[in-house]
Order: sequence, then structure tokens, then C-alpha cells
Amino acid sequence: MSAFDDKRVAARWKIRFRWPRAWRTPLGVIGSVIALAWVIVAFTAQWWVPYGPNAQVLPRLQAPGIGTMMGTDGNGRDIFSRLMTGATVTIPLALTLVVAALIIGTIIGAVAGYFGGWVDETLMRITDLFMAFPTVILAMVVAASLGPSLFNAVIAAVIVSWPQYARVTRSLVLSLRQQNYVVAGRLLGHSPLRSLFVDILPNIAGPLLVLATLDIGTAILLLSGLSFLGLGAQPPTAEWGSMISAAMSNFDAWWLGVFPGLAILTVVVAFNFLGDTMRDVLDPTAEIAHENQADLVSSAKGASA
Amino acid sequence: MSEALVLDAQGVVVSYPGHPPVVAVNDVSVQVAAGETVALVGESGSGKSSLARAAAGIEKIAAGTVQFDGMPVTTMRLRRRPVALTGIQMVFQDPSTSLNPRRRVGDQIQDGIQTALARGDAGSRVEEWLERVGLEPAWASRFPHQFSGGQKQRLAIARALAARPKLLIADEPISALDASTQTSVAALMRDLVAEVGAGMLFISHDLAVVRRIADRTLVMYAGQVMESGATAELWSDPQHPYTRSLLAAIPEPDGRGTIPAAPTPEDRARWSTVPPIRDRTA
Amino acid sequence: MSDTALSIRDLRIDIGRPLVHGISLDLHRRQVQGLAGESGSGKTLTSLAVLGLLPRKAQTSGSIRLGEDELLGMPRRALNRVRGKRVAMIFQDPSASLHPQLTVGSQLTDHMRVHLGLKGSAAKARAVELLERVQVPRAAESLGRYPHQFSGGQRQRIAIACALACDPDVLLADEPTTALDVTVQAGILQLLRDLAVERDLAVLLVTHDLGVMSAIADDVAVMKDGRIVERAARATLFSDPQHEYTRTLLAALPGSRIPSDGESEGADDE
Repeated sequence: MSAFDDKRVAARWKIRFRWPRAWRTPLGVIGSVIALAWVIVAFTAQWWVPYGPNAQVLPRLQAPGIGTMMGTDGNGRDIFSRLMTGATVTIPLALTLVVAALIIGTIIGAVAGYFGGWVDETLMRITDLFMAFPTVILAMVVAASLGPSLFNAVIAAVIVSWPQYARVTRSLVLSLRQQNYVVAGRLLGHSPLRSLFVDILPNIAGPLLVLATLDIGTAILLLSGLSFLGLGAQPPTAEWGSMISAAMSNFDAWWLGVFPGLAILTVVVAFNFLGDTMRDVLDPTAEIAHENQADLVSSAKGASA
Repeated sequence: MSEALVLDAQGVVVSYPGHPPVVAVNDVSVQVAAGETVALVGESGSGKSSLARAAAGIEKIAAGTVQFDGMPVTTMRLRRRPVALTGIQMVFQDPSTSLNPRRRVGDQIQDGIQTALARGDAGSRVEEWLERVGLEPAWASRFPHQFSGGQKQRLAIARALAARPKLLIADEPISALDASTQTSVAALMRDLVAEVGAGMLFISHDLAVVRRIADRTLVMYAGQVMESGATAELWSDPQHPYTRSLLAAIPEPDGRGTIPAAPTPEDRARWSTVPPIRDRTA
Repeated sequence: MSDTALSIRDLRIDIGRPLVHGISLDLHRRQVQGLAGESGSGKTLTSLAVLGLLPRKAQTSGSIRLGEDELLGMPRRALNRVRGKRVAMIFQDPSASLHPQLTVGSQLTDHMRVHLGLKGSAAKARAVELLERVQVPRAAESLGRYPHQFSGGQRQRIAIACALACDPDVLLADEPTTALDVTVQAGILQLLRDLAVERDLAVLLVTHDLGVMSAIADDVAVMKDGRIVERAARATLFSDPQHEYTRTLLAALPGSRIPSDGESEGADDE
């Protein structure tokens, strides 16, 4: 058994790309496709909706039928067009919201986790402060005090969303900080900042990404919820939450509320499926299981003449 | 001793908080000269890992001094490690966490080379190091998960040595490897370190492997060094009851079916009561 | 009663690629059969195959007979009645075999309840008896404690007690002492050998450590690349190895006399 048998082991190991198992499940595929479809709608709707979202050209309160796929609202506007345009509003904002919360939360959590001591204490108490408030109430308070507008609703939502990222990032950083390769880097003279950015952050991106993806659904619900309450999108902006709100005064015209509701449902569920799929794909334990099996196979192959 | 001491630790005490505090290392002194391999053997709980980490400066010392090449070793905190102290490098027990999973192995070895350059020492090439540890130079662009445990350990060794350390501290570097590769990796480390005239502190629970590569051996038990001396002498003529028990407990692969004598409770009591033997090589 | 407890014939295991190429092995009561080899030799896969613990996509062929029953391909239900009751296993890492959040006592009595129908004080009494047999100090008190409150060696003894709880016919031991301190190892090895004789157990000892093999195995089979390349009685294997691979393994041992470059080996006193 020579030292060079190892060479043969690695030489025989072929890395094959295998479509992640999670994406072979129906849920994973359906979720990803629907989420992708909505994202495409969100970025292209303005070019292909049959009517402008605010064009009051159709007969009012018409049930779904010819000329109008989902009916019209009290002002003669096409629900379908408003629905699709609504996606243009809600989805990009939800994505922005999540990204902003992720960035803020990650920075705070990483600094707290890495530097420890009083920095950690202070930052975590602040985080706890924000987390202690019920999300929706806090969002309502902020939105109400800043003035009702979609922009302010997003600000409010970011304020309530960042703490969870800070918490998760901090614990991930704490656990990675002691890893041998991080210590090895410090022994080589790496500065703490370099350690953080080169050794730690890339290795926690996975779980954070999953968290963010799963959070998109919540973000959409939050924005729609605020708009429903009148604290977000203001008329005449086409937004799903406010569309549902408007539908409240017109229960007979079922199409006014059902379609926006379904839209929210499908988007949120789709992103949840997508998030679950990403978690399975990025799950380090799944990688390890793979690795162990691959190790078993490859080491069995190796070292033979 | 006229040889330059790369490591001179005196009266080191390492303790961990608790009620009462756990004293992992209790007044231990160890010296490593340039070009020498010193083994630190002990079982679980002996404190050998804590001592190794203290010597490297990654563990806080409650008392005692640690000197590297004549200068004090400061505990590594948030500040960057002083350039001079990057002459101390470590190889860890677990190969699977010794490398950054998201970076190519060549880049990580390059880090070691950069460290040497920053200190004003000679540079080198990544490919050279890969060859010296028995791996293909072309694999520099691969990621850690594409290697087996033994190979990852070789990569970690390459990275540590590329930094041209004067002192290499190896904390149970072969425990996690295959029996067959254990001996060869240990020998590889010894050879490479001797080649560059560095000193190595090799921590292990496996006396048998250490026997082949260490010039001197220290035997630790319950935070203290019970006996130390030239490796060959320690094996042929152990003095302290713990050393004797340790050596007697190793099963001899002679096919005779003899189970080594398990230490009796009386034996174990003697380990703590008989005082440490002073180093015979003085 | 025949002395052969377990009979493996022409076992082949394929996981993506063939890994075990038709090995045959017998386990006899009151004897320790050693299975030596490096990692990747297939020795662990073989022991896992006995209990049906291979990964799902593994394909097997051949035969593993336990008395009159064919274990290979046995349906899950039937296999569950075999596992623990007729064939038990202990692993390298005792922490992995014991549930960290259950008391030692409940883990022992669980086994007994499921397989033997023992309950209450009868189960407890037997549990204490087992712990005493494996020499865990203060057996009665230990019932209420948790695995993490014991040392590595004691945990392995507890794992052995769990394995013995239902009086199995076969004990598979996969690197049982590798993770333990050498001063603790001897006690476990002695225990295994004594138990084999006392309880009519057939023990399969899988390890890469030839020192351990030499201490307690009666017969040794050496595996390489999924095949058994040599099998012999222990004394014969060590004194007169036939196969080149066996010779290489023995020569690689630190204790053996291989001259190292330029160094004087003053300790060659055999």
C-alpha cells in the first residue's frame, strides 16, 4: 500500500452532474415552473395585457366571459389586466424587500457572530427588540406613521423582516468560526474581515438563500396585507391586496376577489415549493450522504492494480 | 542545548471555565528544536490537544510562557496574526473541515505560499507542493470534496508547509485516516519537515506510529507530562507506571491470541500518585 | 445444534458498481471470526448486508443463511424480528449506537420489550444483570443515566449490553475498539471474547487493526477489493502469511522491522 494509491482513487473518481433529486418530484417541478411563470409575468405584463390596468373602457361589473377573461370591476376595468399588472407591482417589490432584509440581516448577524463580545450583545438585543413586536402590527404602525403608500409599506416590511436573517446568520457564523479551515486561515495571517468574507460567508450562503426563497411568499402576503388594509398601494394602483379589499363591498361579483386571491395563493405556494426544493438541493447533509456513498464506491475502486 | 529552539513552552497551564474550572494542562513544559520531531502522546482527556493549541497561540494560557523562535507567542484574537508568528503552522485532526469547501485547493495552497512571501521567505509553486505530498499537480483546480480523506490531509499539509513554517504543530493528523495511510502520511510529514529544517510537534494517541517518526516523545496523562525522553529509550525502558501501562496495552500483532492486560483500578491509581519522571535527555 | 450460526455464500454487492465479488464465510458459535482489510475492501459492506442495512439502491445476490432462514432479500417485517433478537451489531462509534436522549435503562428495556415481551421489573432486573456482566460500574444507578454521562469505553460496554439484551445468536462488531483509548481497548476485547464463549455467540469482528485481530480472533479472513484473498487460523496467518497482500499489510505495521532511511531503530528488540 503505497502513498501513491491515493492518486489512483481520485483519478478514478468521475464527477457526474446529476439532476438534483428534489427537482424530480412533481412538487418541485410544479413549484419552480409556476414561480418562474409569475416572475416572467411580473417583468413583461405591461406589454401584453389586453387592457390598461386603469382603462375604464369595459362595462362595469361584468362576469367573466367573452372579451374579459376574469370579468370587470366596479369601474369597468379588466380584472385580468389588473391582475397581471398587479404582479408587476407586487412581485418585484417582494423580491426587493427580501433582498434588502437579507442584506441588512446578514451584515448585522455576521458582525455579531464573528466579533462576539459586547458587539454581539448589543446587536442581538436590538434584534430581539425588533423581533418582539408582532410583525403585522409593527408594519402597520410604521406604514401608518410614514403615510400610506406602497413605498412606505415596503420600508415597514423590511424593518420587520431583517431580524430573522440576523439571527440565522449569527448562529451560522458562530458555528463556522471554529472550523479548522477558518482557524488555518487565521494562522496564515488572514485578517478577520478576510476570514469572514472568504471563508465564512460563502459557506453560509446556502441556508440563507433557502430562507430568503421561502420568505418571498411571506413578503407577498405582507405587502398584500398592508395594501388590503389601505396602508400600502393606494387607488388606482392595481395591487392584489387592494383588489381584494375593494371586492369586499361587492360580494355578488365573486370574480372581484377570487382571482386576486388565487393569484396570491399560487404565487406564495409556488415560492414555498421552490424554497423547499432549494433546501433539498443545497442541504449539506444530503451532500454528505452523497459524499459518503461516493467515498464508499470510490475507495473501493481505488488502490487496485 | 545549542540548537535553536523553535518552540519553548514553560509551565503552561490551560484551564476552561466551569464549577470548578477544568484544568486541561497543568504546568507542562515542552521544547522543540529546529529539525526535530517531538511527539506528544496521551489518551483522551490527557490535555495534549489543549497544549498543542496553546503552543500555536489559538488557545488562551492561564499561566506559563510560550516562545516561538525566541519571541513570545501571543494569543490569536481579533487582530491579524503578526507576520513573524505565521511561522507557526498547524495540521488538524479532521481532514474534512481543514479545507474551505468552496475554494479550489490550488488557491488554498497558494494562501500558504503568500504567507511565506509576506514574511520575506521564499516563494514556491502550487504544483511543486502537490507533487511533494504525492498528488497530481493538475488537481490544483479541483475542490476539496473531490478528494478522499487521506488526500485532503495531504492538501492541508501542503498548505501548511507552503507557508514555510519553522514549527509545524500537528494535532492528531493521522487519526482520521486509514490504517495503511497513517504510517505513510506520518512519515511524509516527518520527511518534509526535516527537509526544510523545521521542528514538528506531533500529537497522537497512537504510540506505535509515533515510534517511527519522533526523535523525542512526551507522555501525557491528566494534564501533566508523566515521562519524556528519546523515543527509543522510552519504548525499551519505560519508567513511569502510566507509560508502562500504555505500552503494555498495545496488542501485539503476533498471532498468539494474547489480549493485553487491561490496567486495574490499582494501576490507574498509581498513574496519578507517582510523580512525573524528569526528562532523561538533558 | 450445529455450530455454524451464520453462513454467507457467494455474496455479491453492487452499488453503482460491483463492490463485493462473491465472498463466502461461516460464523461458528463460541468463535470470533475476524474480517480484516483496508477501508474500501468491502468488509463493512459485508457486515451491513447481513442485517439488511445496505443503501436502498444496493443490489445483492448470493446467500446469507441464519439457521434455516435466508436473510438476503428478507422482507422488512421479518428482518425486524431478526435484527436485535437473533443478530445484533455494535459499531465503531458508541455515541452513534445509543440514543442521546433516552436513559440507558430505557434503551435496554426497549429492546427487551420489543423482542422478548419482557416488561416492568423483570426487564429492569435483566437490564441490571446485563450491565453488571459488561462491567459498567454501579449498574443499578446507571439505568437512570444518559449516555453522555459515561466515558467512551463505558458507552461501548452499554452498546454491547444492548446488543446482548435479547440473547442473539450472532454478534457483528464493526471496529468496536478503534475509537477507544488503548488502555480501555483491552477490557472490551476481553469482554467480547468471554461473551462469545459464555453465550454461545458467533462473533464477526471487522477491523483494519491487526493488533486487535491478533488478540481475539480465532480465524481471520483478509479482504481486498471485495474478495477474500486469504483465510487462515489466526496463528497461521500471522506467522506464515501466504498471500502477497497479507504480507504487505503485516509489513506495514509500525511494529514490524522496516528499515527507515538513515534512522537507527534502536528499539528492534524482538
